[in-house]
Amino acid sequence: MGFAVVGLLFVVLLGWKDVVDQMEKEDLKGWDGWRRAWGSSGFEGLKAFLSVTNIKTVLSQTVIVAIGSLGMTLIIVSGGIDLSVGSVVALTSVLGATLAAQEWGSFGVIAATVLAGGMIGAINGGLIAGLRMMPFIVTLGMMGVARGLAKWLAKNQTVNYPESAGVNHLMKLEDLDHFLPLPSGVWLAGGLAVLLAILMNRTVFGRHVFAIGSNEATARLCGIRVPWTKAFIYALGGVFFGFAGLMQMTRLTQGDPSGAVGLELDMIAAVVIGGASLSGGTGSVAGSMMGALIIQLLRNGSSLMAWPNYTQEIIIGVVIILAVGLDRWRQSQEPRSG
Amino acid sequence: MDPSSHEVNSVSVPAGGVLRLRMAGVHKSFGATRALRGVHLEVGTGEIHALIGENGAGKSTLMKILSGACLADEGIVELDGKPFVPSSPLHARAEGIAMIYQELTLAPHLSVEENILLGAEPSRWGWLRQGRRREMAHAALQELHHENISCEALAGELTIAEQQVVEIARALIGSPRVLIMDEPTSSLTQVDTENLFRVIRKLKQRRVSVVYISHFLEECLALCDRFSVLRDGESISSGAMGETDLSRIIRDMAGREISEIYPRTPRTAGDVVYEWRGLAGVRKPSGVDLSLRAGEVLGVAGLVGAGRTESLRAAFGLDRARAGEIRVFGTRVESPTPKRNLDAGVGLVSENRKEEGLMLARDLADNLAMTRFGPFSKWGFISRRRQRECAWSWMEKLSVKAAGPDQTIGELSGGNQQKVALARLLHHEARVLLLDEPTRGIDVGSKAQIYSVISELAAAGKAVIVVSSYLPELLGVCDRVAVMCRGALKEIRPVEEWDEHSIMTAMVGAEGVAGEGGRV
Repeated sequence: MGFAVVGLLFVVLLGWKDVVDQMEKEDLKGWDGWRRAWGSSGFEGLKAFLSVTNIKTVLSQTVIVAIGSLGMTLIIVSGGIDLSVGSVVALTSVLGATLAAQEWGSFGVIAATVLAGGMIGAINGGLIAGLRMMPFIVTLGMMGVARGLAKWLAKNQTVNYPESAGVNHLMKLEDLDHFLPLPSGVWLAGGLAVLLAILMNRTVFGRHVFAIGSNEATARLCGIRVPWTKAFIYALGGVFFGFAGLMQMTRLTQGDPSGAVGLELDMIAAVVIGGASLSGGTGSVAGSMMGALIIQLLRNGSSLMAWPNYTQEIIIGVVIILAVGLDRWRQSQEPRSG
Repeated sequence: MDPSSHEVNSVSVPAGGVLRLRMAGVHKSFGATRALRGVHLEVGTGEIHALIGENGAGKSTLMKILSGACLADEGIVELDGKPFVPSSPLHARAEGIAMIYQELTLAPHLSVEENILLGAEPSRWGWLRQGRRREMAHAALQELHHENISCEALAGELTIAEQQVVEIARALIGSPRVLIMDEPTSSLTQVDTENLFRVIRKLKQRRVSVVYISHFLEECLALCDRFSVLRDGESISSGAMGETDLSRIIRDMAGREISEIYPRTPRTAGDVVYEWRGLAGVRKPSGVDLSLRAGEVLGVAGLVGAGRTESLRAAFGLDRARAGEIRVFGTRVESPTPKRNLDAGVGLVSENRKEEGLMLARDLADNLAMTRFGPFSKWGFISRRRQRECAWSWMEKLSVKAAGPDQTIGELSGGNQQKVALARLLHHEARVLLLDEPTRGIDVGSKAQIYSVISELAAAGKAVIVVSSYLPELLGVCDRVAVMCRGALKEIRPVEEWDEHSIMTAMVGAEGVAGEGGRV
């Protein structure tokens, strides 16, 4: 898979940087110098990057994009797209924070937030299926609507709520020195991923999702209720985006109506790096999770190296193209029967 | 512009006398698959040469080598006596090899003249010469006696037959020496086919050599001067069309006798199980009545556009029905949708295998079981193991050639794909089967197998409707044949009372045939 190659390349790059740093420190030159530096370098950067603490940090940083990528995987596999995710995450995080500030119980906050995400997804899906509109256009519109609603609800400010609120434990990065426990958000993301993988690979509904994405005309011919299935796909996607909003909220203990801008692009990138096709019909939960992780690993590694922000952006951009390009190339190498 | 200029002294030589193209000892392998094993092909100047063989026999590969799309591993190609190594499609085109593909390759949003001169636009210093382009396009169409096609019309708005003429006109622009036509009539009606033949004979007069690939052997017999038969990547036979007959060619290509192709099982028609009453679509059909008995195969003939496919689609709920009712086993299907039809036991095989019939990127097992996961699922959870077992058993029953249930369906040959599309209905245990052009574009072997499946289904008491443009197949397979014309069902008669000529007469809507009306 493309992302595995990219991940390895990145580890090699980090190790190489450690050696080069060592060469500078000892003022070594040339091939011999490189070899001596290889020997004497402690690979501090690489070790820091691969340390348990750091990996746990990366995992918890990935949670928001990962959970969103789950919903996005479902939608992209069905041949659709959702551009409203960033706005929906902002809206649901504001909603959750508002409710938590009014001292709702944890369960109430979670249920309301997730349901709100699901409802917006259902509206998207209803419009796409009912009016046969392009998902791109409907969700582009919803991107504006949800963002506006978030700002309206938050009165254009961040909404803070007490640290002591029960929901807040979802993303706390405590006990980082032990391998376990991971923050509950990571467990939640993992659990949701397993559930979605089972849903997509082991159930009739999952077959229908793949069928619609692969060839909608065939799906209709086979008696699949395409409009209902589509509406449900977007609604279910929205539920995942609601969870992502919840994570966004608990991470900072606030709801930010202008946050999470462009988050959907990270999720689309994760899904695509994970091997899905934007024309639908292919993709996997495991792949998308790896994609989300790779993106976060690159970000994290770049900041450990103290590379400037623009370097990160360039690296991640190149990686998206590289990972997908590798998969394409691999497919083109496969023998075709004629 | 004159393709015969280099053949001045050969005018008196009959077709096939002077060799235009010679391919000898051509080998080609794709990985472990040996697609061609020493194939020979000789085509004379101004000769129409039928290249015949089942799917997978190597016709397409041979033509790909000739047109520069792939390189031969071994073997020689000679064009007008000179060695010719087609290195790329562009090179082959420049040397006068033109190819017309089975799927039309016009740009639907460009005009006719833009399409004809696509890639060969007349220009001066990079500026398009619009007037000259119009002249050239018009001249090409005129030569084909199709001035009626407007140069300004958008290609996408033309009929399939007109698009094909435009495609040929495009090939003529390069003054080709050899024109390859791959299944040009697969989506044409009889009348359009006749027109196309006139065009091809016109090319012959221009001393263009035509390599004609078609599954319709009757056409080859009527049109071509000589033929070559390929089977499993080897040359089996070749000769003059006049000196052979159909059954010999079929035996050569399939390795079996023609009488084995239309097997008939003993069967008796039972009760009426499926009815259309006044079925009307948005534009077509306009009020069709039809009833079908258990154990009966009903053929529907008609020109393209007569409303045959539209009737099936409206009845199955794929297109909106304006009026009429559908009854399955006496129960009315309320506002038909595919799901309600399938639930009632009606299944449909689409005429458009690639775009609608199958999910080409999915595996065989899913394509087969999509309408009915019930036998191997519980509470919505699928047992993949049992699904694969089920798929294996269908693959064996219909002798589908595939690596296994997990193989992507798009990798199979057309005939095997179609068997899977049909197997989906069998797996669904449909009691009424609507088959729209079930054998279009597939090889004789697969055709014979599909005919025998239809025959067995009827013997087992299923009701089958077969829509087809291939009259011998309707006459060979069906118990009754209905003819549709301009959206109406004109006539239904038992198959013994039809022959090809009378069906054709009814299809084109000639007078004096539609005496009885469509009610049966």
